[in-house]
Amino acid sequence: MGQHHRVFDARTRAAAGARTGLVAVAPLLVGIVPFGFVAGATPVAHGMGWAVPIGFSTIVFAGASQLAAIEVLTGGGSVPVAVLAACTINLRMVLYSASIAPYTARIGLRRRITMAYLLTDQAYAVSIVRWAEQDLDGRCSEEATTFDRFWTFVGAGATLWTSWQISTLAGVVVGAAVPPQIHLEFAVPLSFLVLLVPTLVTRPAVVAAAVGGGAAVLAGELGAGPASILLGSLAGIVAGAVVDRDVPLDGPGSPPPGLSGDGTHR
Amino acid sequence: MSAAWWTILVAGIGTFAMRASFLVFAHRMVQVPPRVHRVLRQIPPAALAALVLPAFLRPEGRVDLLQARFAAGVVAALVAWRTRNAVLTLVVGMALLILVGT
Repeated sequence: MGQHHRVFDARTRAAAGARTGLVAVAPLLVGIVPFGFVAGATPVAHGMGWAVPIGFSTIVFAGASQLAAIEVLTGGGSVPVAVLAACTINLRMVLYSASIAPYTARIGLRRRITMAYLLTDQAYAVSIVRWAEQDLDGRCSEEATTFDRFWTFVGAGATLWTSWQISTLAGVVVGAAVPPQIHLEFAVPLSFLVLLVPTLVTRPAVVAAAVGGGAAVLAGELGAGPASILLGSLAGIVAGAVVDRDVPLDGPGSPPPGLSGDGTHR
Repeated sequence: MSAAWWTILVAGIGTFAMRASFLVFAHRMVQVPPRVHRVLRQIPPAALAALVLPAFLRPEGRVDLLQARFAAGVVAALVAWRTRNAVLTLVVGMALLILVGT
């Protein structure tokens, strides 16, 4: 009986965790749906057939890189160049993977592999904000947060995955019907903007964003192509970390008054 | 197999490997030194800004401030900052691009 109770409790908590993830990403779907639609419509418009966009969306499952690879292929580029363009854009996933790894240390390997497949900008952004807050509060036991973290991430990731596949399919079927004056692809940077703005609450974060964005623009001007995203990111991370060093980290008595009003520092 | 499918397969494997890179070894990261944590927490603003800014400032591959995407992006950023509303940000940004762009 006790065993039965525990199983029931775990299921309820898993469902609650997944629902938390779903609710967190729901507003972002306004950006995901047009993005997926473009990812579905573009290969069809270039005569690649209906199966290619579906293959891209299920196997690669990373919008910006899908569009970059298709652009290379339709421009007459070779497979290695298309793969390189896609993988360069997705290199930021290594950063995301490193960023969430400490929070998943007690989650089993098979579950972490599931999380890896579902790792996207949106699932990452909504999860890391929540986990960092919980970390500050320190209100839950480690075991409880580990369980909830997994299901919240999967709830967010699976919601995004399903929306991505459906909108890709919609783009494949009716993509040609959208007039060209409606620039659906602009939903892509706008959906990243929605994730960016709430992170700009500390001085190091603002510096990281300003240098990261500025360096990416500069790298693009100098001809870095798809690599400019990674080059910009790395420059921003370094600049943010340097500024962060000026702010006292922790330790009893070390933060002088007036310097500790910075939310992300413990 | 066509060029498109080879691209899907290899880019798919590469992307999954990058997503799994640190997650696979997460069990060794129970204690992260504050110095590493300080670097990791710069990732979201730096990476997201590197995606957003070029799309607003150089949509045609050259920096150009006198075009619709820059204007729409600036207004959308203000909306996002003031309201923290994803739906409103997307709607205002897309609508402005249609209005200014035509």
